[in-house]
Amino acid sequence: MPSLKSLKNRIASVKSTRKITSAMKMVAGAKLRRAEEQANAARPYAERMERMLGELSASLAGQQGAPKLMAGTGKDDVQLLVVCTADRGLCGGFNASIVKEVRRKITELESAGKTVKLFCIGRKGRDMLRRDHHDKIVGSLEDVAKPALTFDKADDVARIILEMYEQGAFDVCIVYYNLFKSAMTQIVTPQQLIPFAPPAKAEGAGEDAGTLKAMYDFEPSEEGILSALLPRNLSVQIFRSMLESAASEQGARMTAMDNATRNAGDMIDNLSLTYNRTRQAVITSELIEIISGAEAV
Amino acid sequence: MAEELVHFELVSPEKLVISRKLEMVVVPGSEGDFGVLPRHAPFISTLRMGVVNMYEAGKVSDSYFVAGGFAEVTEERCTVLAERAVPVTEIDQAAVEKELIEAKADLENADTDQEKAKAQDRVATAEMMLTLSNAKAGHA
Repeated sequence: MPSLKSLKNRIASVKSTRKITSAMKMVAGAKLRRAEEQANAARPYAERMERMLGELSASLAGQQGAPKLMAGTGKDDVQLLVVCTADRGLCGGFNASIVKEVRRKITELESAGKTVKLFCIGRKGRDMLRRDHHDKIVGSLEDVAKPALTFDKADDVARIILEMYEQGAFDVCIVYYNLFKSAMTQIVTPQQLIPFAPPAKAEGAGEDAGTLKAMYDFEPSEEGILSALLPRNLSVQIFRSMLESAASEQGARMTAMDNATRNAGDMIDNLSLTYNRTRQAVITSELIEIISGAEAV
Repeated sequence: MAEELVHFELVSPEKLVISRKLEMVVVPGSEGDFGVLPRHAPFISTLRMGVVNMYEAGKVSDSYFVAGGFAEVTEERCTVLAERAVPVTEIDQAAVEKELIEAKADLENADTDQEKAKAQDRVATAEMMLTLSNAKAGHA
C-alpha cells in the first residue's frame, strides 16, 4: 500500500495537471472562436472565385490549349502531397489521423508504381513523416500561424508549389487537411489542387447557368484571365486548407483537453478515496496498538 | 418601378469587405477603367492596381484602393475579388512610407527573379498608395 505522503504528493500533482489542462482548454476555446471567424470570413472570396472559375472553365470546355494548371501534364506519375498539420501536439488524434491517412495514400501510390513527394505545412506532420518517408519530403513550412495566419503565407506556399510544377517536378498535387466540422469532429479531407478540377455543378443550376455563360464577355481574354485566375485559385485553396486546419486544430485540442481535465478529476477522486481509506487504516492500527499496549500493562 | 441599383461586393481573401447596393461603381480594369450601372452586360475582367469608386446619389460616396484582382459583372451585380482592399481614407501615410523604403531595400537585395518580382510589386503598391494619400491630403 502506498504511503500517505506519496498519495498526498500524487493528488497534488494531478491537481496541478488538471489546472494546466483546463487552462489549455480555455485558451484553445478562445483561439477556436477566432480561427472559426477567420475561416468564415475567408469563405466568400473562395466561393466567388469558384463561381468565376466554373463559368470560365465551362466557356473554355472542349477547346484546345487550356493552361497547364487546368489540363495537367497528361500523366500522374509523380504526385505531390501537401500535408497540413499543427505545429504543436496535445491535440488528441489531430496530427496522427492525418499522418495515418497520408501514409496509407503513400503505400497505395507506391504499390501502383508512382513516385510520391511530400510538402509539409506544420512541424508535427513533418516530424512524424520524417521517420519513414524522409527521402520524400521536398519542403516544409513551420509556424504558419505565427503571429497570425495571413493570406501571404498561403501565397508563398502556392508560389513554391507553382515553381515546382513549372519545372516539372510533379504531375498531380493533392492537399490533405482536417476539415472543420465541429469542435468534436474533424474530417481528414484530400483535395486535388493541380490539375484544377472544376467543382461539380449542383443539379438544376446547370441549365440556368448554361444560358448565362454564353453571354459572358471576357477582358482581356478567356485565356488571359484563366492564366491569372488559376495560380490565384491555388493560393486561395491552400489558404482555405490552412484556415480549416487551424480551426480543426484548436477544436481537437479543446476536446482533448476537456477529456484530460475530466480524467484528472476522476483520478483525484480515486486517489482521495484511497488516501482517506489509508488514513483510517493507519488510525485504526494505531488505536489497536495503544489499546493492546494498555491491556498488557 | 423603383430605381435600379447594382449589388456591389468587394471581397478580399481575408474577408467580405463591402456588400451593398449602389447606383454605379467604377472599377479599374486591366484594359481601362469601366463603370458598372444596373443591367450591365455580363463580363469578367482582370483588374490592375487602382481605385474602386462607389457612386451614390450622383457622387462618389466611398473609394477603395485595390491591388489587382478580378471583377465579375452580371446584370444585377458586380463582384470584385481584390488581392488587397483598403479604404482610401484609411491609408496610413507613415506606414506606407516605411513599407516603400523596406520594399525598395528588398528589391535591391533580391537574389532570385521571384523575390525581385515580389519586391517590385510591393514597391509599386506602396508608391500608388502614397500618391493616393498625398492627393487626399491635397484636397483637405
